[in-house]
Amino acid sequence: MNIQNEMKLSFESRSINEGFARSAVAAFVMSLDPTVSELSDIKTAVSEAVTNVIVHAYGDASGTVYIHAQITDTGRVIIRIRDKGCGIENVPRAMEPLFTTGGEDRAGLGFAVMQSFMDKVSVRSKEGKGTTVTLEKAIIRRGRNDSRR
Amino acid sequence: MLKMQSDEKNLTVFLTGELDHHKCSEIRKQIDARAEQERPALLKLDFEDVRFMDSSGVGLVMGRYRQMSLLGGRLQVVNVPENISRVFRLSGLERLGVM
Ligand SMILES: Nc1ncnc2c1ncn2[C@@H]1O[C@H](COP(=O)(O)OP(=O)(O)O)[C@@H](O)[C@H]1O
Ligand SMILES: [Mg+2]
Repeated sequence: MNIQNEMKLSFESRSINEGFARSAVAAFVMSLDPTVSELSDIKTAVSEAVTNVIVHAYGDASGTVYIHAQITDTGRVIIRIRDKGCGIENVPRAMEPLFTTGGEDRAGLGFAVMQSFMDKVSVRSKEGKGTTVTLEKAIIRRGRNDSRR
Repeated sequence: MLKMQSDEKNLTVFLTGELDHHKCSEIRKQIDARAEQERPALLKLDFEDVRFMDSSGVGLVMGRYRQMSLLGGRLQVVNVPENISRVFRLSGLERLGVM
């Protein structure tokens, strides 16, 4: 499995950038000719991870959101969303559905959505240092002569 | 602008576009202010023109559910498009009887 294409993006942790982030990743993934539903899954998962950085990692402070997306020659999309924020004290507990430390109107379902919409979700976090969320999904090849090149 | 419509008993809010955390924090206060002022028996959230939603939309609904309980009214979610209903299904909101 080799990396065939990749992109890096960094931007300020403002909520107005949530839409920009998911659209940018969606545009990058378009070369794999995903279905509408695959694309919507990826946009939703990226939106969850980026929102978590803006809401939880940096809180009222401002920081930078880093996105690194890769496409493999097997048609897999790997997206890393990274921050240098507060980190997560207990990752398994944070990933439980309905768990939230968050302010008003957080549903505690961000990780549940990521897990349901992507094939694989992994989280690395260190308190006081930051968090990296890695999202992976295979895009199904649909009857086409190897146009991935 | 957020479109809202009321008759003597009901308040209907027509949600549009991309319902993410950014959008939800903008409209939450507008909905609550209007509901507090009018105290409708039923608050209807119409999702027909929503084309994207993440779990922030679920949070918006849960928060309005709580607020309507405090105000002694009910909440109903209507016209949820198929492509965003998956996020709702994950949430278990069906069990609250608002869908
Ligand atoms: N990047 C992050 N930095 C710090 N804490 C995080 C981060 N992402 C998630 N968390 C923690 O994990 C919890 C659960 O996240 P999530 O499932 O998205 O629910 P919600 O965002 O609604 O709280 C958050 O409330 C927060 O405590
Ligand atoms: Mg979240």
